[in-house]
Amino acid sequence: MSTVVLLAVTGLGLGALYFLVASGLSLIYGLMRVLNFAHGAFLTVGGYVGFTVGKHLAHGASSWPGFVLMLLVGTLTGAILALLTELLLIRRLYEREIEQVLVTVGLGLAAVALVNGAWGSDSQSFPAPAWTARTTSLLGAEIPNDRFVCIAAAVGVLAGLLILLHRTRYGLIIRAGVENRAMVTALGVDVRRAFTVVFVIGGAAAGLGGVLAALYNSTVSPGMGDALLIYAFIVVVIGGLGSILGSAAAAVGVALLQQFTNYYAVTGLGDFMVVLALALVLLIRPTGLFGRTA
Amino acid sequence: MSGLRAVVRPTTAVAVVVLLALLPKLQLAVPGVLPGPTWTVGTLQLLALCLLVGALAVTYDLLFGLTGLLSFGHALYFAVGVYLFAISLQKWHLAVLPAALLTLGIGTVVAALVGAISLRVGGISFAMVTLAFAQAGSLLVYRNFGGLTGAEEGLGLSSAKLPGSLLGVANTRNLYWLSLAVCVLVYSAIAWLARTRAGRLMAAVRENELRVQVIGVRPYLVRLIAFVVAGALATVVGMGYLLVQGGASPQITTSSFTLSLLVMVVLGGVGARWGALVGGVLYTLLDQRLTVLASSHQIATLPAALRVPLSQPLFILGTLFILVVLFLPGGLAGLASRLRPVDPHDGGEAAHHELSYPAAMEDVT
Repeated sequence: MSTVVLLAVTGLGLGALYFLVASGLSLIYGLMRVLNFAHGAFLTVGGYVGFTVGKHLAHGASSWPGFVLMLLVGTLTGAILALLTELLLIRRLYEREIEQVLVTVGLGLAAVALVNGAWGSDSQSFPAPAWTARTTSLLGAEIPNDRFVCIAAAVGVLAGLLILLHRTRYGLIIRAGVENRAMVTALGVDVRRAFTVVFVIGGAAAGLGGVLAALYNSTVSPGMGDALLIYAFIVVVIGGLGSILGSAAAAVGVALLQQFTNYYAVTGLGDFMVVLALALVLLIRPTGLFGRTA
Repeated sequence: MSGLRAVVRPTTAVAVVVLLALLPKLQLAVPGVLPGPTWTVGTLQLLALCLLVGALAVTYDLLFGLTGLLSFGHALYFAVGVYLFAISLQKWHLAVLPAALLTLGIGTVVAALVGAISLRVGGISFAMVTLAFAQAGSLLVYRNFGGLTGAEEGLGLSSAKLPGSLLGVANTRNLYWLSLAVCVLVYSAIAWLARTRAGRLMAAVRENELRVQVIGVRPYLVRLIAFVVAGALATVVGMGYLLVQGGASPQITTSSFTLSLLVMVVLGGVGARWGALVGGVLYTLLDQRLTVLASSHQIATLPAALRVPLSQPLFILGTLFILVVLFLPGGLAGLASRLRPVDPHDGGEAAHHELSYPAAMEDVT
């Protein structure tokens, strides 16, 4: 029983990371039809900048205010990167979707290479508050506390996104744009403002995810973003492109499937199961679980 | 004019191939680009690698450029060629020819299976499914199931099973000629395919799927043929790669390797076969030479703000790629056709660079 609880909570923690990457990807794709291959790089750079700030805090690195500052810096870094990407690269290629994908591919390669050059290719240990390294007893299982931090952050982001999408005017435009962009434009709304907003939100979530992924792995490494990105893609497609709730459900499902199969069957089999699940979902329901349009 | 071009083009191609075939006998030096004169072992090894990667880029162009399929998993079939060939030689102790046939057969079957499943969805979903399958292949290699792949360390190629003419430093030029042969074979096969009825249909499916359906052809089958042929040829290139590199390393199974193929094809010019070839060669040369440059004395003495970016080949290549996408649609091939005087008869091959992105269909009449 305690193993099941431990696996479930750890799986939820991993699912939280998947969701932080996937939510942005899904929104961006839903509204702009751009599959952002630089999203992993946003995460990595956010994680590294947060990490560097943490290292330079003389005493505060492993304190709570220091950690919160790292989270904020990571989030802000992701947001700024995404803003620059949208304004300087994506906007120039408006309505040329394949080229937009290609540009994000190039940006992803270049940014990760730059991280490699600036911080070195080896993984480095991440300064985290002492509490997150300890465990909490839950139903007989000793669960590392950093899992709870990840889950709480992801739930917070999910709630924030849902409020934004369903309670604000921008959310209305974004939702309408996901459903029918041409009609929104025809009604005289400048969807491009919403593009920027969506890109920045996605980048911020990825940057936050970077610091949290570093906490989860207790290290930062240049490859951490792209490692998550592939599973985030799978999550987005399974959940249905453009659906936030779909991403959340798929993130949890994919992570739990991975954790349990890796533990109870053969290590590594869980990753295959995820790929298999993706193939199955696409064959049975090509629009994903929560997707509406083709 | 077009009649003249029909003669000039094959003549140029033959001249290039003859020149390439003679390189090991010549003493050409291109300082800064090649590590030494063309007969030296290091240079021949690099050139062989360039030719093979160029050929691989041409197989990717068959998918992306000709048929309009954006696959993120093309590394899988190449990796099948590299790894399965190595495994059947090393672990199953097959002779070269049966091993090659077995590898090609399995590579083709894998491509047919993955293609049959993933082509049921289109667009970005197709890209994701191919990515997922390639990722599964990559995991298989990294996890070292059955102790066959050697995980991170990869597989070495021992000499027992190979003919003596492919072994040893002295025979590097034989490997070079082998690579050239593979490159010419792959290129001609795809050039021939593009001229057949199936090839025309592939271009038609890219441009207007509906019209292909209307004339009574199933686009699914056309795409599947392109997918399987590209996969099988990538397997062939993979076998050549194993011989030239003398081993298999797991990096070639990763999605970033497929992404680098995409970069090569776009650098060279989407839809122009020779552009893809040149893109592959150029990418490999740049990658190798920039790595050498990165560890050079000149770079080490630069201030950090310049040293850090310049010491990362992928940073330079990624940036170059972005610039090409932004400012040079059609890549090198597009640039070449823009510099050439306009030829009204040359609409078919060179003019569709910019069209060939699947989203751009407005020029279809």
